[in-house]
Amino acid sequence: MIALSYVWWLAALVLAAAAVFDLRARRWGNAAFWAIIAITFAAGDSILAADKAGNRLPTQLVGVAVVILALLAGLGLMRRSPAGETDATAREASAQRLGHRLFGPALMVPLVTTVLFLLAPYLAVGDWRLFPASNATVPALALGCCVAVVFALRVTRARPAQALRESSRLLDQLSWAVVLPMLLAALGGVFESTGVGAAVAGLIGQVIPTDSRLACTIAYGLGMIVFTMIMGNAFAAFPVMTGGIALPLLIRQHGGDPAVIGALGMLTGYCGTLLTPMAANFNIVPAVLLELKDSYGVIRMQAATAVLLATTNIALMYFLAFR
Amino acid sequence: MNYWPLLGVAAVVAGFALRLNPMLVVVAAGFVSGFASGLSLPDQLALLGKAFVSTRAPLLIVLTLPVIGLLEHAGLREHAQRWIAGLYYMSLSLLLICYMALRQILGALGLTSIGGPAQTVRPLIAPMSEAAARKTAPDLDDGQRERTRALAAATDNVGLFFGEDIFIAFGAVLLIQTFYSANGIQLEPLAIALWAIPTAIAAFVIHALRIVVFQYGLKRGTTRPRT
Repeated sequence: MIALSYVWWLAALVLAAAAVFDLRARRWGNAAFWAIIAITFAAGDSILAADKAGNRLPTQLVGVAVVILALLAGLGLMRRSPAGETDATAREASAQRLGHRLFGPALMVPLVTTVLFLLAPYLAVGDWRLFPASNATVPALALGCCVAVVFALRVTRARPAQALRESSRLLDQLSWAVVLPMLLAALGGVFESTGVGAAVAGLIGQVIPTDSRLACTIAYGLGMIVFTMIMGNAFAAFPVMTGGIALPLLIRQHGGDPAVIGALGMLTGYCGTLLTPMAANFNIVPAVLLELKDSYGVIRMQAATAVLLATTNIALMYFLAFR
Repeated sequence: MNYWPLLGVAAVVAGFALRLNPMLVVVAAGFVSGFASGLSLPDQLALLGKAFVSTRAPLLIVLTLPVIGLLEHAGLREHAQRWIAGLYYMSLSLLLICYMALRQILGALGLTSIGGPAQTVRPLIAPMSEAAARKTAPDLDDGQRERTRALAAATDNVGLFFGEDIFIAFGAVLLIQTFYSANGIQLEPLAIALWAIPTAIAAFVIHALRIVVFQYGLKRGTTRPRT
Protein backbone atom coordinates (compact mmCIF):
# COMPACT_ATOMS: atom_id res chain seq x y z
CA MET A 1 0.00 0.00 0.00
CA ILE A 2 1.20 3.49 -0.75
CA ALA A 3 0.80 4.96 2.72
CA LEU A 4 0.78 8.68 3.36
CA SER A 5 4.16 8.40 5.13
CA TYR A 6 5.87 7.33 1.86
CA VAL A 7 4.57 10.50 0.24
CA TRP A 8 6.06 12.64 3.00
CA TRP A 9 9.40 10.83 2.55
CA LEU A 10 9.30 11.48 -1.18
CA ALA A 11 8.70 15.19 -0.53
CA ALA A 12 11.52 15.12 2.04
CA LEU A 13 13.80 13.66 -0.64
CA VAL A 14 13.06 16.53 -3.05
CA LEU A 15 13.64 19.06 -0.25
CA ALA A 16 16.83 17.36 0.93
CA ALA A 17 18.18 17.46 -2.63
CA ALA A 18 17.66 21.22 -2.64
CA ALA A 19 19.58 21.44 0.64
CA VAL A 20 22.50 19.47 -0.87
CA PHE A 21 22.66 21.57 -4.06
CA ASP A 22 22.54 24.78 -2.00
CA LEU A 23 25.27 23.47 0.30
CA ARG A 24 27.48 22.88 -2.75
CA ALA A 25 26.73 26.36 -4.07
CA ARG A 26 27.55 27.82 -0.63
CA ARG A 27 24.09 29.31 -0.17
CA TRP A 28 24.11 28.45 3.55
CA GLY A 29 20.81 30.11 4.45
CA ASN A 30 18.89 28.25 1.76
CA ALA A 31 20.59 24.96 2.64
CA ALA A 32 19.62 25.30 6.32
CA PHE A 33 16.04 26.24 5.39
CA TRP A 34 15.43 23.24 3.12
CA ALA A 35 17.25 20.85 5.49
CA ILE A 36 15.01 21.85 8.42
CA ILE A 37 11.85 21.33 6.36
CA ALA A 38 13.10 18.03 4.95
CA ILE A 39 13.70 16.73 8.47
CA THR A 40 10.28 17.94 9.65
CA PHE A 41 8.67 16.14 6.72
CA ALA A 42 10.54 12.89 7.12
CA ALA A 43 10.09 12.76 10.90
CA GLY A 44 6.57 14.27 10.90
CA ASP A 45 4.63 11.10 11.62
CA SER A 46 6.87 10.02 14.50
CA ILE A 47 6.76 13.56 15.93
CA LEU A 48 2.95 13.48 15.96
CA ALA A 49 3.01 9.96 17.45
CA ALA A 50 5.35 11.10 20.24
CA ASP A 51 3.11 14.09 20.93
CA LYS A 52 0.09 11.81 21.20
CA ALA A 53 1.99 9.60 23.63
CA GLY A 54 2.59 12.62 25.86
CA ASN A 55 6.17 13.45 24.90
CA ARG A 56 6.02 17.12 23.93
CA LEU A 57 9.74 17.66 23.35
CA PRO A 58 9.68 16.81 19.59
CA THR A 59 6.77 19.18 18.86
CA GLN A 60 8.46 21.91 20.91
CA LEU A 61 11.61 21.41 18.84
CA VAL A 62 9.51 21.81 15.68
CA GLY A 63 8.14 25.02 17.19
CA VAL A 64 11.73 26.26 17.63
CA ALA A 65 12.51 25.12 14.07
CA VAL A 66 9.56 27.16 12.75
CA VAL A 67 10.90 30.24 14.52
CA ILE A 68 14.31 29.62 12.90
CA LEU A 69 12.66 29.26 9.47
CA ALA A 70 10.87 32.57 9.97
CA LEU A 71 14.13 34.26 11.01
CA LEU A 72 16.03 32.82 8.03
CA ALA A 73 13.35 34.19 5.70
CA GLY A 74 12.67 37.42 7.55
CA LEU A 75 16.27 38.54 8.03
CA GLY A 76 17.04 38.09 4.34
CA LEU A 77 19.42 35.18 4.84
CA MET A 78 17.92 33.31 1.90
CA ARG A 79 19.14 34.13 -1.59
CA ARG A 80 17.09 33.64 -4.72
CA SER A 81 19.10 31.62 -7.21
CA PRO A 82 20.19 33.60 -10.25
CA ALA A 83 17.75 32.95 -13.11
CA GLY A 84 19.44 30.72 -15.68
CA GLU A 85 18.68 32.84 -18.75
CA THR A 86 21.99 31.89 -20.35
CA ASP A 87 20.67 28.65 -21.81
CA ALA A 88 17.74 30.35 -23.57
CA THR A 89 19.06 29.35 -26.98
CA ALA A 90 19.44 25.73 -25.86
CA ARG A 91 15.84 25.75 -24.62
CA GLU A 92 14.62 27.24 -27.89
CA ALA A 93 16.42 24.55 -29.90
CA SER A 94 15.09 21.77 -27.68
CA ALA A 95 11.57 23.21 -27.95
CA GLN A 96 11.85 23.11 -31.76
CA ARG A 97 13.09 19.53 -31.68
CA LEU A 98 10.64 18.03 -29.15
CA GLY A 99 7.52 20.04 -30.04
CA HIS A 100 4.20 18.66 -28.82
CA ARG A 101 5.94 15.74 -27.10
CA LEU A 102 6.71 18.21 -24.29
CA PHE A 103 3.01 18.49 -23.44
CA GLY A 104 2.72 14.75 -22.69
CA PRO A 105 4.47 14.58 -19.30
CA ALA A 106 3.04 17.97 -18.26
CA LEU A 107 -0.52 16.77 -18.80
CA MET A 108 0.31 13.42 -17.26
CA VAL A 109 0.51 14.81 -13.71
CA PRO A 110 -3.16 15.86 -13.56
CA LEU A 111 -4.44 13.02 -15.75
CA VAL A 112 -2.69 10.15 -13.95
CA THR A 113 -3.64 11.66 -10.57
CA THR A 114 -7.29 11.93 -11.58
CA VAL A 115 -7.49 8.45 -13.10
CA LEU A 116 -5.81 6.87 -10.07
CA PHE A 117 -8.10 8.80 -7.74
CA LEU A 118 -11.18 7.58 -9.61
CA LEU A 119 -9.89 4.00 -9.77
CA ALA A 120 -8.74 3.97 -6.11
CA PRO A 121 -11.70 1.93 -4.79
CA TYR A 122 -11.02 -0.81 -7.39
CA LEU A 123 -7.23 -1.02 -6.92
CA ALA A 124 -7.55 -3.58 -4.15
CA VAL A 125 -6.97 -7.30 -3.75
CA GLY A 126 -8.72 -8.66 -0.70
CA ASP A 127 -7.60 -6.56 2.25
CA TRP A 128 -4.68 -5.10 0.36
CA ARG A 129 -5.32 -1.69 -1.21
CA LEU A 130 -2.99 0.36 -3.38
CA PHE A 131 -4.13 3.58 -1.69
CA PRO A 132 -5.39 4.17 1.86
CA ALA A 133 -9.20 4.28 1.83
CA SER A 134 -9.50 7.58 3.67
CA ASN A 135 -7.17 9.80 1.67
CA ALA A 136 -6.48 8.61 -1.87
CA THR A 137 -5.80 12.00 -3.48
CA VAL A 138 -2.37 12.61 -1.97
CA PRO A 139 -0.85 9.20 -2.82
CA ALA A 140 -2.46 9.43 -6.27
CA LEU A 141 -0.78 12.81 -6.81
CA ALA A 142 2.57 11.40 -5.67
CA LEU A 143 2.32 8.41 -8.01
CA GLY A 144 1.15 10.69 -10.85
CA CYS A 145 4.22 12.88 -10.36
CA CYS A 146 6.54 9.84 -10.35
CA VAL A 147 5.05 8.47 -13.59
CA ALA A 148 5.32 11.91 -15.18
CA VAL A 149 8.99 12.24 -14.14
CA VAL A 150 9.82 8.90 -15.78
CA PHE A 151 8.10 9.98 -19.01
CA ALA A 152 9.72 13.42 -18.89
CA LEU A 153 13.15 11.79 -18.52
CA ARG A 154 12.44 9.60 -21.56
CA VAL A 155 11.16 12.49 -23.67
CA THR A 156 13.97 14.88 -22.79
CA ARG A 157 16.68 12.17 -22.54
CA ALA A 158 17.97 13.86 -19.39
CA ARG A 159 19.70 12.00 -16.57
CA PRO A 160 17.63 11.35 -13.39
CA ALA A 161 19.85 13.67 -11.32
CA GLN A 162 18.80 16.48 -13.66
CA ALA A 163 15.21 16.20 -12.34
CA LEU A 164 16.35 16.92 -8.78
CA ARG A 165 18.69 19.68 -9.98
CA GLU A 166 15.72 21.36 -11.71
CA SER A 167 13.41 20.97 -8.71
CA SER A 168 16.11 22.50 -6.50
CA ARG A 169 16.42 25.43 -8.91
CA LEU A 170 12.66 25.99 -8.75
CA LEU A 171 12.63 25.68 -4.95
CA ASP A 172 15.32 28.34 -4.64
CA GLN A 173 13.26 30.53 -6.97
CA LEU A 174 10.10 30.01 -4.90
CA SER A 175 12.12 30.36 -1.72
CA TRP A 176 10.20 30.78 1.56
CA ALA A 177 6.90 31.51 -0.22
CA VAL A 178 6.43 27.78 -0.72
CA VAL A 179 6.30 27.21 3.06
CA LEU A 180 4.01 30.16 3.84
CA PRO A 181 0.73 28.23 3.28
CA MET A 182 1.80 25.66 5.87
CA LEU A 183 2.71 28.37 8.33
CA LEU A 184 -0.61 30.18 7.79
CA ALA A 185 -2.53 26.97 8.37
CA ALA A 186 -0.54 26.56 11.58
CA LEU A 187 -1.44 30.13 12.59
CA GLY A 188 -5.11 29.23 12.01
CA GLY A 189 -4.66 26.40 14.50
CA VAL A 190 -3.01 28.72 17.01
CA PHE A 191 -5.78 31.35 16.63
CA GLU A 192 -8.40 28.65 17.13
CA SER A 193 -6.79 27.43 20.37
CA THR A 194 -6.32 30.93 21.76
CA GLY A 195 -9.98 31.93 21.29
CA VAL A 196 -9.60 34.54 18.53
CA GLY A 197 -12.64 33.24 16.60
CA ALA A 198 -15.03 33.43 19.51
CA ALA A 199 -13.91 36.99 20.28
CA VAL A 200 -14.56 38.16 16.69
CA ALA A 201 -18.04 36.60 16.60
CA GLY A 202 -18.81 38.16 19.99
CA LEU A 203 -17.83 41.63 18.79
CA ILE A 204 -19.88 41.47 15.57
CA GLY A 205 -22.92 40.16 17.46
CA GLN A 206 -22.86 43.29 19.62
CA VAL A 207 -22.98 45.85 16.81
CA ILE A 208 -25.68 44.71 14.33
CA PRO A 209 -29.39 45.58 14.56
CA THR A 210 -30.73 42.04 14.95
CA ASP A 211 -34.36 42.63 14.00
CA SER A 212 -33.55 43.63 10.41
CA ARG A 213 -33.28 40.68 8.01
CA LEU A 214 -31.25 42.69 5.54
CA ALA A 215 -28.82 43.97 8.18
CA CYS A 216 -28.25 40.43 9.46
CA THR A 217 -27.70 39.07 5.93
CA ILE A 218 -25.20 41.81 5.11
CA ALA A 219 -23.45 41.40 8.47
CA TYR A 220 -23.10 37.64 7.89
CA GLY A 221 -21.76 38.15 4.35
CA LEU A 222 -19.29 40.84 5.36
CA GLY A 223 -18.31 38.87 8.46
CA MET A 224 -17.50 35.84 6.31
CA ILE A 225 -15.39 38.00 3.98
CA VAL A 226 -13.50 39.84 6.71
CA PHE A 227 -12.88 36.79 8.86
CA THR A 228 -11.82 34.73 5.82
CA MET A 229 -9.38 37.51 4.92
CA ILE A 230 -7.92 37.42 8.43
CA MET A 231 -7.67 33.64 8.62
CA GLY A 232 -6.86 33.13 4.93
CA ASN A 233 -9.40 30.32 4.80
CA ALA A 234 -13.20 30.26 4.47
CA PHE A 235 -13.33 26.90 6.24
CA ALA A 236 -11.98 28.47 9.41
CA ALA A 237 -14.41 31.39 9.17
CA PHE A 238 -17.53 29.33 8.47
CA PRO A 239 -18.18 27.73 11.87
CA VAL A 240 -17.38 30.97 13.71
CA MET A 241 -19.58 33.28 11.62
CA THR A 242 -22.40 30.81 11.02
CA GLY A 243 -22.50 29.89 14.69
CA GLY A 244 -22.27 33.54 15.73
CA ILE A 245 -24.65 35.24 13.25
CA ALA A 246 -26.38 32.96 10.75
CA LEU A 247 -27.67 30.25 13.05
CA PRO A 248 -29.13 32.36 15.90
CA LEU A 249 -30.31 35.32 13.79
CA LEU A 250 -30.90 34.41 10.13
CA ILE A 251 -32.12 30.83 10.61
CA ARG A 252 -33.70 30.67 14.10
CA GLN A 253 -35.02 34.23 14.41
CA HIS A 254 -35.87 35.10 10.79
CA GLY A 255 -36.57 31.57 9.49
CA GLY A 256 -34.12 31.56 6.55
CA ASP A 257 -33.39 28.39 4.56
CA PRO A 258 -30.25 26.82 6.14
CA ALA A 259 -29.11 25.12 2.90
CA VAL A 260 -29.10 28.45 1.00
CA ILE A 261 -27.45 30.34 3.85
CA GLY A 262 -24.76 27.69 4.34
CA ALA A 263 -23.85 27.36 0.67
CA LEU A 264 -23.90 31.08 -0.14
CA GLY A 265 -22.21 32.00 3.13
CA MET A 266 -19.30 29.71 2.30
CA LEU A 267 -19.08 31.06 -1.26
CA THR A 268 -19.10 34.63 0.04
CA GLY A 269 -16.18 33.62 2.21
CA TYR A 270 -14.41 32.39 -0.94
CA CYS A 271 -14.64 35.94 -2.30
CA GLY A 272 -12.64 36.95 0.78
CA THR A 273 -10.08 34.26 -0.08
CA LEU A 274 -9.54 35.98 -3.44
CA LEU A 275 -8.67 39.21 -1.62
CA THR A 276 -6.18 38.24 1.05
CA PRO A 277 -2.42 37.63 1.14
CA MET A 278 -3.17 35.24 4.02
CA ALA A 279 -4.45 32.72 1.45
CA ALA A 280 -0.86 32.37 0.32
CA ASN A 281 -1.15 29.18 -1.70
CA PHE A 282 -3.75 30.79 -3.99
CA ASN A 283 -2.53 34.37 -4.04
CA ILE A 284 1.15 34.66 -3.10
CA VAL A 285 2.67 31.37 -4.30
CA PRO A 286 1.29 31.85 -7.87
CA ALA A 287 2.72 35.38 -7.94
CA VAL A 288 6.15 33.96 -7.08
CA LEU A 289 5.74 30.99 -9.44
CA LEU A 290 4.91 33.35 -12.31
CA GLU A 291 7.83 35.61 -11.37
CA LEU A 292 5.63 38.68 -10.90
CA LYS A 293 7.39 41.75 -9.53
CA ASP A 294 4.34 42.66 -7.44
CA SER A 295 3.63 39.91 -4.92
CA TYR A 296 0.03 41.22 -4.66
CA GLY A 297 -0.37 41.13 -8.48
CA VAL A 298 -2.72 38.15 -8.50
CA ILE A 299 -4.92 39.71 -5.80
CA ARG A 300 -5.16 42.94 -7.81
CA MET A 301 -6.46 41.00 -10.82
CA GLN A 302 -8.98 39.19 -8.63
CA ALA A 303 -10.24 42.17 -6.64
CA ALA A 304 -12.94 43.41 -9.00
CA THR A 305 -14.31 39.91 -9.60
CA ALA A 306 -14.35 39.23 -5.85
CA VAL A 307 -16.19 42.46 -4.95
CA LEU A 308 -18.81 42.10 -7.71
CA LEU A 309 -19.36 38.43 -6.90
CA ALA A 310 -19.61 39.03 -3.15
CA THR A 311 -22.30 41.65 -3.78
CA THR A 312 -24.15 39.20 -6.04
CA ASN A 313 -23.86 36.47 -3.41
CA ILE A 314 -25.25 38.58 -0.59
CA ALA A 315 -28.17 39.65 -2.82
CA LEU A 316 -28.77 36.02 -3.82
CA MET A 317 -28.70 34.97 -0.18
CA TYR A 318 -31.24 37.63 0.78
CA PHE A 319 -33.67 36.74 -2.01
CA LEU A 320 -33.26 32.93 -2.01
CA ALA A 321 -33.13 32.27 1.74
CA PHE A 322 -36.39 34.11 2.45
CA ARG A 323 -38.39 32.89 -0.53
CA MET B 1 -14.85 36.98 27.22
CA ASN B 2 -11.13 37.56 26.74
CA TYR B 3 -10.66 39.98 23.84
CA TRP B 4 -6.87 40.27 24.17
CA PRO B 5 -6.07 37.41 21.71
CA LEU B 6 -7.45 39.73 18.99
CA LEU B 7 -4.10 41.51 19.24
CA GLY B 8 -2.80 38.60 17.13
CA VAL B 9 -5.18 39.63 14.34
CA ALA B 10 -4.04 43.24 14.70
CA ALA B 11 -0.42 42.03 14.40
CA VAL B 12 -1.26 40.22 11.14
CA VAL B 13 -3.03 43.23 9.64
CA ALA B 14 -0.27 45.63 10.72
CA GLY B 15 2.48 43.31 9.48
CA PHE B 16 0.95 42.85 6.04
CA ALA B 17 0.13 46.57 5.79
CA LEU B 18 3.77 47.44 6.56
CA ARG B 19 4.86 44.80 4.03
CA LEU B 20 7.10 43.05 6.52
CA ASN B 21 8.22 39.54 5.61
CA PRO B 22 5.04 37.39 5.87
CA MET B 23 6.91 34.49 7.54
CA LEU B 24 7.97 36.77 10.40
CA VAL B 25 4.54 38.38 10.63
CA VAL B 26 2.76 35.04 10.91
CA VAL B 27 5.04 33.62 13.58
CA ALA B 28 5.00 36.87 15.55
CA ALA B 29 1.19 37.03 15.38
CA GLY B 30 0.97 33.50 16.74
CA PHE B 31 3.10 34.45 19.73
CA VAL B 32 1.16 37.69 20.31
CA SER B 33 -2.17 35.92 20.54
CA GLY B 34 -0.56 33.11 22.53
CA PHE B 35 0.83 35.44 25.20
CA ALA B 36 -2.41 37.46 25.21
CA SER B 37 -4.37 34.33 26.06
CA GLY B 38 -1.92 33.51 28.84
CA LEU B 39 -0.12 30.46 27.42
CA SER B 40 3.43 29.75 28.57
CA LEU B 41 6.29 29.77 26.05
CA PRO B 42 6.81 25.95 26.06
CA ASP B 43 3.06 25.46 25.50
CA GLN B 44 3.14 27.91 22.61
CA LEU B 45 6.12 26.23 20.97
CA ALA B 46 4.40 22.86 21.23
CA LEU B 47 1.16 24.32 19.84
CA LEU B 48 2.97 25.94 16.91
CA GLY B 49 5.08 22.85 16.22
CA LYS B 50 2.14 20.49 16.31
CA ALA B 51 0.04 22.74 14.06
CA PHE B 52 2.95 23.00 11.59
CA VAL B 53 3.56 19.24 11.35
CA SER B 54 -0.18 18.53 11.07
CA THR B 55 -0.56 20.76 8.02
CA ARG B 56 2.06 19.36 5.67
CA ALA B 57 -0.32 18.86 2.73
CA PRO B 58 0.05 22.32 1.09
CA LEU B 59 3.77 21.69 0.56
CA LEU B 60 3.08 18.67 -1.67
CA ILE B 61 3.40 21.14 -4.52
CA VAL B 62 7.13 20.25 -4.36
CA LEU B 63 6.36 16.82 -5.83
CA THR B 64 5.40 18.44 -9.14
CA LEU B 65 8.60 20.49 -9.35
CA PRO B 66 10.95 17.81 -10.81
CA VAL B 67 8.63 17.26 -13.82
CA ILE B 68 7.93 20.93 -14.37
CA GLY B 69 11.62 21.79 -14.02
CA LEU B 70 12.74 19.10 -16.48
CA LEU B 71 10.18 20.14 -19.08
CA GLU B 72 10.96 23.82 -18.70
CA HIS B 73 14.64 23.04 -19.11
CA ALA B 74 13.69 21.30 -22.36
CA GLY B 75 11.74 24.33 -23.60
CA LEU B 76 8.11 23.63 -22.60
CA ARG B 77 7.24 27.30 -22.11
CA GLU B 78 8.82 28.35 -25.40
CA HIS B 79 6.90 25.64 -27.23
CA ALA B 80 3.56 26.49 -25.55
CA GLN B 81 4.01 30.11 -26.58
CA ARG B 82 4.84 29.35 -30.18
CA TRP B 83 1.95 26.92 -30.48
CA ILE B 84 -0.66 29.43 -29.26
CA ALA B 85 0.88 32.19 -31.36
CA GLY B 86 0.40 29.96 -34.42
CA LEU B 87 -3.32 29.32 -33.82
CA TYR B 88 -4.90 32.21 -35.75
CA TYR B 89 -8.30 32.04 -33.99
CA MET B 90 -6.91 31.88 -30.43
CA SER B 91 -7.24 35.10 -28.46
CA LEU B 92 -6.49 35.82 -24.81
CA SER B 93 -10.17 35.95 -23.87
CA LEU B 94 -11.04 32.74 -25.72
CA LEU B 95 -8.13 30.92 -24.10
CA LEU B 96 -8.82 32.06 -20.54
CA ILE B 97 -12.61 31.74 -20.72
CA CYS B 98 -12.32 28.18 -22.06
CA TYR B 99 -9.81 27.35 -19.32
CA MET B 100 -12.09 28.77 -16.64
CA ALA B 101 -15.09 26.82 -17.96
CA LEU B 102 -13.05 23.62 -18.06
CA ARG B 103 -11.77 24.20 -14.52
CA GLN B 104 -15.30 24.87 -13.19
CA ILE B 105 -16.82 21.82 -14.88
CA LEU B 106 -14.02 19.49 -13.77
CA GLY B 107 -14.17 20.99 -10.27
CA ALA B 108 -17.90 20.32 -10.12
CA LEU B 109 -17.10 16.68 -10.91
CA GLY B 110 -14.57 16.61 -8.06
CA LEU B 111 -11.51 16.72 -10.32
CA THR B 112 -9.80 19.69 -8.70
CA SER B 113 -6.21 18.47 -8.78
CA ILE B 114 -6.21 18.61 -12.58
CA GLY B 115 -5.06 22.22 -12.57
CA GLY B 116 -3.27 24.65 -10.31
CA PRO B 117 -0.57 27.31 -10.29
CA ALA B 118 2.28 24.78 -10.41
CA GLN B 119 0.57 22.03 -12.43
CA THR B 120 -0.96 24.06 -15.28
CA VAL B 121 -0.63 27.85 -14.91
CA ARG B 122 3.15 28.26 -14.79
CA PRO B 123 4.08 25.68 -17.45
CA LEU B 124 1.12 26.12 -19.82
CA ILE B 125 -1.58 28.75 -19.25
CA ALA B 126 0.64 31.73 -18.36
CA PRO B 127 2.99 31.42 -21.38
CA MET B 128 0.01 30.70 -23.64
CA SER B 129 -1.81 33.79 -22.30
CA GLU B 130 1.26 35.89 -22.98
CA ALA B 131 1.49 34.63 -26.55
CA ALA B 132 -2.23 35.24 -27.05
CA ALA B 133 -1.98 38.74 -25.57
CA ARG B 134 0.84 39.54 -28.02
CA LYS B 135 -1.63 39.00 -30.86
CA THR B 136 -3.81 41.82 -29.53
CA ALA B 137 -0.94 44.05 -28.44
CA PRO B 138 2.19 43.12 -30.45
CA ASP B 139 4.44 45.32 -28.33
CA LEU B 140 3.34 44.13 -24.92
CA ASP B 141 5.14 46.22 -22.31
CA ASP B 142 6.41 44.88 -18.98
CA GLY B 143 3.41 46.05 -16.98
CA GLN B 144 0.93 44.54 -19.43
CA ARG B 145 2.89 41.30 -19.44
CA GLU B 146 2.76 41.16 -15.61
CA ARG B 147 -0.97 41.78 -15.55
CA THR B 148 -1.61 39.18 -18.25
CA ARG B 149 0.25 36.53 -16.25
CA ALA B 150 -1.51 37.59 -13.03
CA LEU B 151 -4.86 37.35 -14.83
CA ALA B 152 -4.03 33.76 -15.84
CA ALA B 153 -3.43 32.85 -12.17
CA ALA B 154 -6.56 34.74 -11.08
CA THR B 155 -8.66 32.88 -13.67
CA ASP B 156 -7.37 29.56 -12.35
CA ASN B 157 -8.44 30.52 -8.80
CA VAL B 158 -11.89 31.76 -9.82
CA GLY B 159 -12.53 28.62 -11.88
CA LEU B 160 -11.45 26.38 -9.01
CA PHE B 161 -13.25 28.17 -6.15
CA PHE B 162 -16.63 28.49 -7.81
CA GLY B 163 -16.71 25.05 -9.40
CA GLU B 164 -15.67 22.74 -6.59
CA ASP B 165 -18.55 23.70 -4.31
CA ILE B 166 -21.06 22.03 -6.63
CA PHE B 167 -19.37 18.68 -6.03
CA ILE B 168 -21.26 16.99 -3.21
CA ALA B 169 -18.30 15.14 -1.74
CA PHE B 170 -16.19 18.31 -1.57
CA GLY B 171 -14.90 19.34 1.84
CA ALA B 172 -16.85 22.61 1.98
CA VAL B 173 -20.20 20.92 1.40
CA LEU B 174 -19.44 18.26 3.98
CA LEU B 175 -18.24 20.91 6.43
CA ILE B 176 -21.54 22.80 6.07
CA GLN B 177 -23.54 19.61 6.54
CA THR B 178 -21.51 18.53 9.58
CA PHE B 179 -21.82 21.96 11.15
CA TYR B 180 -25.61 21.98 10.76
CA SER B 181 -26.11 18.43 12.00
CA ALA B 182 -24.03 19.27 15.09
CA ASN B 183 -26.57 22.06 15.64
CA GLY B 184 -29.63 19.87 15.12
CA ILE B 185 -30.43 20.68 11.47
CA GLN B 186 -30.31 17.67 9.11
CA LEU B 187 -29.58 18.45 5.43
CA GLU B 188 -28.66 16.34 2.40
CA PRO B 189 -25.28 17.30 0.82
CA LEU B 190 -27.05 17.60 -2.54
CA ALA B 191 -29.44 20.23 -1.15
CA ILE B 192 -26.43 22.36 -0.17
CA ALA B 193 -24.42 21.75 -3.34
CA LEU B 194 -27.34 22.81 -5.58
CA TRP B 195 -27.33 26.32 -4.09
CA ALA B 196 -23.74 26.75 -5.27
CA ILE B 197 -24.91 26.71 -8.90
CA PRO B 198 -26.26 30.31 -9.11
CA THR B 199 -22.94 31.61 -7.75
CA ALA B 200 -20.97 29.40 -10.14
CA ILE B 201 -22.84 30.94 -13.09
CA ALA B 202 -22.47 34.47 -11.70
CA ALA B 203 -18.72 33.94 -11.16
CA PHE B 204 -18.30 32.69 -14.73
CA VAL B 205 -20.20 35.63 -16.25
CA ILE B 206 -18.50 38.29 -14.11
CA HIS B 207 -14.97 37.00 -14.63
CA ALA B 208 -15.51 36.32 -18.35
CA LEU B 209 -16.66 39.91 -18.80
CA ARG B 210 -13.58 41.14 -16.96
CA ILE B 211 -11.32 39.06 -19.22
CA VAL B 212 -13.00 40.56 -22.29
CA VAL B 213 -12.62 44.06 -20.84
CA PHE B 214 -8.95 43.36 -20.09
CA GLN B 215 -8.32 42.26 -23.67
CA TYR B 216 -10.14 45.34 -24.97
CA GLY B 217 -7.87 47.43 -22.75
CA LEU B 218 -4.78 45.75 -24.25
CA LYS B 219 -6.06 46.60 -27.72
CA ARG B 220 -6.48 50.26 -26.86
CA GLY B 221 -3.11 50.22 -25.13
CA THR B 222 -4.62 51.77 -22.02
CA THR B 223 -4.95 49.02 -19.44
CA ARG B 224 -5.81 50.66 -16.20
CA PRO B 225 -3.20 49.69 -13.63
CA ARG B 226 -5.52 48.25 -10.98
CA THR B 227 -8.09 46.19 -12.85
